[in-house]
Amino acid sequence: MPPTSMEALAPARAGGSGEIKPRKRSLGSILRHYWMFYLMLLPGVALLVINNYIPMAGIIIAFKNVNYEIGILNSPWVGLANFKYLFRSPDSYIIIRNTLLYNSAFILLNMTIPLAFAILLNELKNRFLSKTYQTIMFLPYFLSYIVISYLVFGFMSDEHGYLNGTLLPALGLEPVRWYFTQEVWPIVLPIINTWKGMGYYTVIYLAAIIGIDDEYYEAATIDGASKWQQIASITIPLLKPILTIMTLLQIGRIFNADFGLFFQVPRESGVLFPVTNVIDTYVYRTFLSVGDVGLSSAAGLFQSVVGFILVFFSNWVVRRFNSENALF
Amino acid sequence: MEAATERVKTSAGTGGHNRLPALANAVVHALFVIYSIVCIVPIFLIVSVSFSDEKSVVNNGYRFIPEKFNLAAYKFLYKDIGQIAYSYGVSIAVTVIGTALSVIIIALYAYPISRPNFPHAKFFTFFAFFTMLFSGGLVPWYLVYVQMLDLKNTLASLIIPLLMSAFWVLVTRTFFKETVPAAVLESAKIDGAGELRIFFGIVIPLSMPVIATVALFQTLTYWNDWFLSLVFITDNHNISVQYLLYKMLANIQFLSSNPTAAAEIAKAGGMFNFPSETVRMALVIVGVGPIIFAYPFFQKYFIRGLTVGAVKG
Repeated sequence: MPPTSMEALAPARAGGSGEIKPRKRSLGSILRHYWMFYLMLLPGVALLVINNYIPMAGIIIAFKNVNYEIGILNSPWVGLANFKYLFRSPDSYIIIRNTLLYNSAFILLNMTIPLAFAILLNELKNRFLSKTYQTIMFLPYFLSYIVISYLVFGFMSDEHGYLNGTLLPALGLEPVRWYFTQEVWPIVLPIINTWKGMGYYTVIYLAAIIGIDDEYYEAATIDGASKWQQIASITIPLLKPILTIMTLLQIGRIFNADFGLFFQVPRESGVLFPVTNVIDTYVYRTFLSVGDVGLSSAAGLFQSVVGFILVFFSNWVVRRFNSENALF
Repeated sequence: MEAATERVKTSAGTGGHNRLPALANAVVHALFVIYSIVCIVPIFLIVSVSFSDEKSVVNNGYRFIPEKFNLAAYKFLYKDIGQIAYSYGVSIAVTVIGTALSVIIIALYAYPISRPNFPHAKFFTFFAFFTMLFSGGLVPWYLVYVQMLDLKNTLASLIIPLLMSAFWVLVTRTFFKETVPAAVLESAKIDGAGELRIFFGIVIPLSMPVIATVALFQTLTYWNDWFLSLVFITDNHNISVQYLLYKMLANIQFLSSNPTAAAEIAKAGGMFNFPSETVRMALVIVGVGPIIFAYPFFQKYFIRGLTVGAVKG
C-alpha cells in the first residue's frame, strides 16, 4: 500500500525545496530528505526479504518437479500434479481434519476457561494470593514443548510413568500403553494446550476486566444485581472487543497447528499419527524425513493460502458487525 | 449520590465494589490452590525422579517422593560436564546475541513507520504486516537458509530466522506513536538534532517499557527454541540445551558420546549401571533451571508488557 494521495506526499514536499515538481523528482527529494529513515529500515527489510519474501517467491516449488542438479528455476513445471497427489492420499483428509478440530477445541477452551479464571481472580480481594496464583499459573507458559514432553512422559510413560506405576494400580485399573492408544490423545492434547496457555490468556482477560470502570458495578450493586447478573450484563459485554480480537487472531491461524505440541508431546509415536498428525507435522516429515519436496511444499502452500483467506474472511465478518473490533 | 456510595461501602465492606460471600470466596481460593498445584506437580515429579535411586525407579516407577534419595544422576551429569557446559554456552550465546540484535533491529524498523510525516510509513508498515498474513511455507524457507545462504549447522542459523518479528514491530510502532510526543520530536529537529540522535537520545529512553517487553519475549523465544536446531543442525556441534534435551529423550546414549563417560559405562559393564532414567530427568532440571529461577522476575514484566500496546494494522 504505497501512499498515492497527494496529502501523503505533502509533508515531504514542504520539507524539500518547496517548489512544485513532477512526481518523480519529489520521490527523489523524499529519499534525500529521509535517507536516515531508509537506513534505519534497512536491516529489518533485509531480514524480511530473506526470511519471508524470498520464500514467498519459492511457492513455485509446489508446481515443479524439483531437481537440485539443475536448480529450482530450471526444474520442469508439473502444474497441479503435486496437489493432485496430496489430495488423493488419505493423509490429506486426516491432517486437515486434525488441524481444524484441535484448533477449534483450543480456541473454545482458550476463551472460556481463562475468561472464567480471570473473572474469579478479579473477585479475590487478597492481592498477595491473587498475584501468587497468577505467577504460578504462568509457569507452564515459560516451558518449551521439549520440557513439557518430558513432564507428560513422567506421567504417561508405559514402563515407569506415574499413571501406570502408581495411580492406576491404586485404583485397581489395568495399565494403559498411552503412547500406543489413540483414543486418549484427543483429550490429552487439548488439556496440555490449555494448561500451557492458561496464565497468558488469564492475564490478558484480567487486564481487560480491571480496565472496566468500577462505577458500573457500583450502580449495579445499588440496583440489587447479583454477581451472576453483573458478570452477564457488565463484564462479558464490555469484554467483547478483546474477546473478538483474540478469537479473530486465532481463527486466522486455525490452519496452523502448534508444531511443538503435536511433534514433541506424542513423541513421534507412529501408531498415534491418525490422531496427532497435523498439517505442520506432515509438512515437516514429508520434507525432512521422507524428502518429498513437491508434496511437502504443496501441503505448505495449501496451508498458507487457506490461512490467508481465513484471516481476511474472519476480519470481514467482524468488520460487518463492528468495524472497531476488526484487526485491519 | 454520596449517601448511596456510602451505603454500598458499609454493606459490602469494601471500597470499589461488592464482595463475594465468605463461602464462595473460600471455594474460589480452593479452586486456585488446586489449579496452582496442577501447574507445579509435573515439575515436582521430574525433580523427585532426578534425586532418586535408579534401581528403585526402574522397579517401582516414577514417584513424587524418592524412595531412596540418591545423587547418582547429578554425579553422572557432572562427569559429562563438557557437553552440558558446551550446550549452555550455545544457548546463552544464541539468546544474548539474538535478543540484543533483535531489539535493535525491531526498534530501528518501528521508529520510521511511527512517524506520520514519513511518506513511506504506510508502505513499510504493510511490508512487515503482510508477513503475518502469508508465508511461503517450510520448504522454500529452508532452502533459502540452507542452499542460498549455506547456513546449515551454524550458530547463525539459530539466530537469524528469529531476529525480525512483524508482530513486535507493530507493537513497538504503536508504543512510539502513543508515548513519544510529536512536539518533542519537532522541537528537537528545529534545534538541529539528527534523526539518529533523536532516536537514541529521546525515543529510546522514553520507550524503555516496550523495549524491555520485546527483549523479554525474545529472550524466552531464543532460550526455548529447538525448532531451528531440529531443522538446521545435523552434526553434533552447536547443540543447544533444548536440543540436547530433545536428543536425550529419544536416545540416552547421546550424552555419553563423551569419551570419559563412555569409558565409565563400559567399565561398569555396558548399560547396566548407567542410571538412564534418573539422568534424563536430572538433565531436564539442569535445562529448565534458569527459566524457573528467572521467571517470577520475568513474569512481572511480562504482564506489564502484555498490555503495552495494542496491535492494529
